[in-house]
Amino acid sequence: MDNLQAIMPMLIVTLAAAATMLAESFRLKDERMPLGGLGLIGLVGAAAASILLWNRNTTSFGVVQSDNFALFINFVLVAVGILTILLSSQVIDREELPAGEYYSLVLFSIAGMMLMAAATDLLLIFLALEVMSLAVYVLTGIRRTDAAGTEAAFKYFLLGAFSSAFFLYGVAFTYAIVHSTRLEAVALAVAGRSDVSGPLTWLAVGLLLVGFAFKVSAVPFHMWTPDAYEGAPTVVTGFMSTGVKAAAFAAFVRVFLSSFEPLRGEWVTVLSWIAVATMVVGTVVGVAQSNVKRMLAYSSIAHAGYLLVGIIAGNASGKSAILFYLLAYALTNVGAFGVTALLATRERPRGDLADFAGLWHSRPVMAALMTIFLLSLGGFPPTAGFVAKWYVFGAAVQEQLYGLAIIGVLTSVVSVFYYLRIVVLMYMTDSRAEYEPPRLTATGLATLGVAAATVFYLGVLPARVIELATRSIDTIF
Amino acid sequence: MSSLLSLVIFLPLIGAVALLFISNRDGERDGLIRQVALAASVVTFGATLALWRGFDPMGPEFQFVERRPWIPIYGIDYYIGIDGISLLLIVLTGFLTPLALLSSWGSVKKKIKEFSIFMLLLEAAMLGVFAALDLFLFYIFWDAMLIPMYFLIGIWGYDRRIYAAIKFILYTMAGSVLMLIAILGLAFVHSSATGNYTFDLLKLYELKLAPTTQMWFFLAFTLAFAIKVPLFPFHTWLPDAHVEAPTAGSVILAGVLLKMGTYGLVRFSFPLFPEAAMVFAPWLAGLAVIGIIYGALVAMVQPDMKKLVAYSSVSHLGFVVLGICAVNVQGVSGAVYQMLNHGVSTGALFMICGMLSDRRHTRLISEFGGLKSVVPKLTAAFMLITLSSIALPGLNGFVGEFLILLGAYRWDWRFATLAASGVILSAVYMLWMFQRVNYGVVTNPKNEHLPDMSTREWWMLGPTLVMAVVMGVVPNLFLRPMEPAVERMVQRVQAGQTRTVRAEPGAAGTQAFGPADPEARAPRP
Repeated sequence: MDNLQAIMPMLIVTLAAAATMLAESFRLKDERMPLGGLGLIGLVGAAAASILLWNRNTTSFGVVQSDNFALFINFVLVAVGILTILLSSQVIDREELPAGEYYSLVLFSIAGMMLMAAATDLLLIFLALEVMSLAVYVLTGIRRTDAAGTEAAFKYFLLGAFSSAFFLYGVAFTYAIVHSTRLEAVALAVAGRSDVSGPLTWLAVGLLLVGFAFKVSAVPFHMWTPDAYEGAPTVVTGFMSTGVKAAAFAAFVRVFLSSFEPLRGEWVTVLSWIAVATMVVGTVVGVAQSNVKRMLAYSSIAHAGYLLVGIIAGNASGKSAILFYLLAYALTNVGAFGVTALLATRERPRGDLADFAGLWHSRPVMAALMTIFLLSLGGFPPTAGFVAKWYVFGAAVQEQLYGLAIIGVLTSVVSVFYYLRIVVLMYMTDSRAEYEPPRLTATGLATLGVAAATVFYLGVLPARVIELATRSIDTIF
Repeated sequence: MSSLLSLVIFLPLIGAVALLFISNRDGERDGLIRQVALAASVVTFGATLALWRGFDPMGPEFQFVERRPWIPIYGIDYYIGIDGISLLLIVLTGFLTPLALLSSWGSVKKKIKEFSIFMLLLEAAMLGVFAALDLFLFYIFWDAMLIPMYFLIGIWGYDRRIYAAIKFILYTMAGSVLMLIAILGLAFVHSSATGNYTFDLLKLYELKLAPTTQMWFFLAFTLAFAIKVPLFPFHTWLPDAHVEAPTAGSVILAGVLLKMGTYGLVRFSFPLFPEAAMVFAPWLAGLAVIGIIYGALVAMVQPDMKKLVAYSSVSHLGFVVLGICAVNVQGVSGAVYQMLNHGVSTGALFMICGMLSDRRHTRLISEFGGLKSVVPKLTAAFMLITLSSIALPGLNGFVGEFLILLGAYRWDWRFATLAASGVILSAVYMLWMFQRVNYGVVTNPKNEHLPDMSTREWWMLGPTLVMAVVMGVVPNLFLRPMEPAVERMVQRVQAGQTRTVRAEPGAAGTQAFGPADPEARAPRP
């Protein structure tokens, strides 16, 4: 039983997923079942388990370690999951999606994400990555009648499979060098040997880097992102743009900042260029988009670049900044996609920029919520986005990485331009007569309201969460 | 009353939150909302006056200090306090906001509730900027202020409002993000020197920085402030923002926002990086002088009254920067005085432009003419403000410009000479505009039956008229509280500079840093 402690959160989520699936199969044809409720219970259970495990640094089977770092990511994922499920119910009704499958896929992928954050063996990281990714591929194409969705899912799957192969090759080469896939063994071997640097090592590290870069959608491995984000149902986009990113960054940090830390000299230059390219492409190309979802896709690429700056800084504040950033970004982005999702109708599911025109006049509350999320994405005080950016760039400045920090802040000014485009449309242009955006439901309002309030909370009183993030990294590094 | 300063900052915020709860879907409660907003801003003004009353010029450097840990791990505090300079700017903010709100009563007709909320949020952020003593806190207020201003220009502005709003926010942000990096760098340097992080301005004053580091940080800070001031050649956002903004927005923009740039120079750029300031001061002063002359020349040829006033701001703010660059007591106190003057007179000029444009829906000078016979009271007020803007002795503008020119002369007579031509030019463009609008015969029949000043307009313009005279006649009322603060600033910069030999032109400047001549400090016209 002791062995199971560390995997308790994932176990609970998996059970909830299985229960949801089962319940769906017992459901009568027109019976309405609160299937999402099961998911919520599971997620709350996982959060409770994570709280109980806090500071205990438990291990299961030697390959899953629920240290505070993983648990912090668990909290982020639980938040993402709860928000997603609450926002989904309306969308599922509207789009007639299969509720049971939908919720269980969300939960399965969350279980995979949690596992990815806690895994301490490269092979297990790969397994977790696949559990997460397969579920997300299916979620992307869950609107089976929708050609764009299917195309997006197919693209995502193909490219994702490629990147998984890269990752797996990276694992294989690592095994060839150090004869183990355990992270601690890798760390020991890499630290202890001077002859470890060589073509084989470069290959191993490079391939792993490609695998991670793909999952966090860093340039030049970002090509799938806009298409997948645009084609997927908007709620799903919100989910995968935050959950997948959180899990992938967690594993990225664990592998590169603990095991491969001694090889820093080999990968940091490459990663710096990737970060610069990611920030620049994400913002510059984002300016040209006319669809909100594509625009937010590029924005999420840019944010991946800012997070990479944290990894490159690699110091204590860089690591905790990544955790804080992931939380802030998760809440903000799920919120922004949530508003977009709830604004869509059957006839206009795409989220064209023009749909936001004059929203202030027809739906002032939604416009206000969207504005808060966009300002946070743009990094304006007093929102979470500002503190997150300040934290990451502060870590970079600490390491004298002024160049990266300056590129980071300048690209975020460019990104403000496109975030404000939506604000301009909502507040400063007249609405188009033929389009009446749907009303906000009570659940939607409450969910988005809580997200927005948290965005402000993290922006005004971030001390406690920063402290938590700081303590979360003590255990593993 | 230890939390009076916090109260001042948060009172407008409380007002804004209160307004949120007044339901006003179809504008049925517009009147109530206007009154609540005005009441909130008037109470805030009262509170700023209470600050002034309780402020002891001879007391400690910063007063009404409040300090609470905010993000302890990184040494960030909620740390506020004011000296004489920030006190006066806070009072100016409190003074102008109710007037700006009043000025909107005639011109803003839609979405009054949101308008008032944004105005009050803006006021809170501006007050915060002047009170913050923690660089992190300062930056939060500094950046947070952009959002309400952006909405004010973008929603309630004139035709090209969206363009102007976006230009305003992007220009300002581009400058300030580099300042953010410099702030982070400063905290980092402090932590590697002493082992702990701090964003505490007073501790950072003590920090000895390497000359190269100073240069970069100075440039990053000063770029942010130069864009805000705006210093030539960073001024191009200003005419757009000013012209497109609603009257209330222009009043605040000219009256307070621009001062945040010059305040930043006085509070941060110069005392934090004295050696770099010494190197760059002649360059800044050069740009300032170019701005004085260029702004005046461009203002002269503007067909649009509001644009003329906007360019006149470039010119007037050039004087302020010149005064700061001189780094002597006359120059800096003149600069601070001129900040206040400019707030009062240019704020009033924008209100007059707004009043004329409310009446005629145009701001083209050629559309007017002969207004003196139609609206004599308005013309009289216009006259007084015009004279105050061109620095007629006996009115406020004179004191500021005189002190600045005196200070600049003691530093480097060439700058002073060139800048003095700006005084003449300002008389040319202001008087010429005044003449074309008010004198002659009424040529345009639309002007024949314009109403004269209403009671509301007296209430909003009257205080500025009174202040223009008071500040011109008893300048000591305002010079006394700021004097110790100005002296400290000058000493601080000087102390940092004595470590290196001043190698710039005008070696006579070294003597100019000596103790100030008390006679020259407070001229009585």
